[in-house]
Amino acid sequence: MSSTLHRLAGALLLGVLLHTAAAAQAGADPDPAPLAVTEVAPGVYMHAGVVEDWLPANGGDIANLGFIVGSRCVAVIDTGGTPQLGLRWRAAIERTTRLPICFVIDTHAHPDHVLGNAAFAGPNTQFVASAKFNAAMSAREPYFLRALARDFGISLAHETMVYPTLAVDGTREFDLGDRVLVAQSWPTAHTDNDLTVYDRSTRTLFASDLLFVQHIPVVDGSLRGWLRALPQLARVDAALVVPGHGPTRRGGPDAWKPQQEYLETLLRETRAALKSHQTLSQAVDSVGVQAASRWQLAERFHRRNVTAAFAELEWED
Amino acid sequence: MKHSMTRREVTATGAALIGSLALGGTHGAHAEIKSGDNPEASEIWHKVRVSLFENRPIANVGDDTLVLDAPVRAEDAAVVPIAMRARLPHTAASYVAKLYLIIDNNPSPISAIFAFTPQSGRADVETRVRVDEYTFVRAIAETSDGRLLMRTRFVKASGGCSAPPGKDPQAALAALGKIRMRVDGDVVLGKPTLVQLMISHPNDSGMVMDQLTRQFTPRWFVRTVNVSYGGQSVLSADLDFSISENPNLRFYFVPHSPGRLSVEVVDSNQTAWKSSLDVAPSA
Repeated sequence: MSSTLHRLAGALLLGVLLHTAAAAQAGADPDPAPLAVTEVAPGVYMHAGVVEDWLPANGGDIANLGFIVGSRCVAVIDTGGTPQLGLRWRAAIERTTRLPICFVIDTHAHPDHVLGNAAFAGPNTQFVASAKFNAAMSAREPYFLRALARDFGISLAHETMVYPTLAVDGTREFDLGDRVLVAQSWPTAHTDNDLTVYDRSTRTLFASDLLFVQHIPVVDGSLRGWLRALPQLARVDAALVVPGHGPTRRGGPDAWKPQQEYLETLLRETRAALKSHQTLSQAVDSVGVQAASRWQLAERFHRRNVTAAFAELEWED
Repeated sequence: MKHSMTRREVTATGAALIGSLALGGTHGAHAEIKSGDNPEASEIWHKVRVSLFENRPIANVGDDTLVLDAPVRAEDAAVVPIAMRARLPHTAASYVAKLYLIIDNNPSPISAIFAFTPQSGRADVETRVRVDEYTFVRAIAETSDGRLLMRTRFVKASGGCSAPPGKDPQAALAALGKIRMRVDGDVVLGKPTLVQLMISHPNDSGMVMDQLTRQFTPRWFVRTVNVSYGGQSVLSADLDFSISENPNLRFYFVPHSPGRLSVEVVDSNQTAWKSSLDVAPSA
């Protein structure tokens, strides 16, 4: 064997070892079961997460994930709530198309959407997010990793976290070959780093967590900011809207109405509580109870929403 | 009062605690704590206890003596309301001189130390803290004659996407240093009067690593709050970055005549802000 071949064999072996090490680190099945996928529009696919909290019982499989196939390559929208889910998501995509994955788009820095990133890391794949994503993610990473260890028994090293390198501040187009996606960052709403993805050819809007369906909306950014963004979101020329959680909706204002009603009630009743000099603890027990009761997971997130709304609105003049 | 630590000593202790926790790699150890069965088994508490109180006895007391209001679960890890309310008589001869707030599993467990005077009227304070991990929260009252009384509550971590850092750091900076102070209810001569104090400040834990430079952002938090009425102290607080963004305090004072309620806030950069409010109590 020539020395060149030796080196090549060595490199290949090293590659295999690294791959195995990465799989072992993620506690991964070498042959992960592909996630279920639906084609919601031509070349546009989604995996529907369950409408539940991010918990071991559901494997963290709660966020809606998507991928869009062009003539040249594929864009993946969010990667799942654990490294294992990322591997299963990748398996699902590779079973559907042989085209390479050129972009992974992280819609915001929440664990149920992006902890599968590592499964997609590679030299030909670029990671995309809002320009504010990395600051938000690095502030939260230790807490997300600790929750993953505490609740899921999965230990994930800081070194395996993948941080996006393509930042979107406003809008930015991504060409998949005969298909252009428009990613758009938003002023603080659900979080301070929300990003939507719009496929022009099918008029599909991946709203991610700027839209909740059935699952109670969760405020982790700005209640007022979110309400300000809603009219603009409702005006997007979309045939189909894929929310971050819950079933898809036909495009148009009706898709956004239930969420808007809940957020408006939260705003109105929190302001009233502040005006009557209620404390935070009192407000959490009284604000928006009825409006919340129409949503799934209200018991888990409504009190939290009141807390966030109260802390935001108490500084209003 | 001879046992009390000075502010400087407490700050030094806090720094030492942070150091030891960071070196100890306690993230793994924290992950083990899931139940509130045994508050005495908390190793961190033993370190805090020795640093603050050495081997002085600490009595566990009931709601008739000291109330600690804390939610069973931290709904929003960044904003968890906590109240400590001493129920002992508050007179010039005998009063609760200090309330300590300890959050065992926070990066800096000694979260706040509030000092009261007879002019406070009550040793009763509400604030909001960051809580990410399952943790014991402790309120310890130190009486003017040197007794230590403790209440302990177990708070479960919030799940999922809730985390202690602020939601919109850019917005937080825009309002830096604004102070709002308000007196609630009727103000009556000689009666304890409720004050709400709001301070706009990021209260940054400095535990965020910049992904590019691998450097931690510097800590930047409100360190002391001193409130006086008519020139006499009614509350002095030593605070830490366990306190939520935009520190919020509710506490009492007793007006014996018309006067000015004044507050001075100093942060870890030694920047100071002042505000005041004229109060005209009715008879």
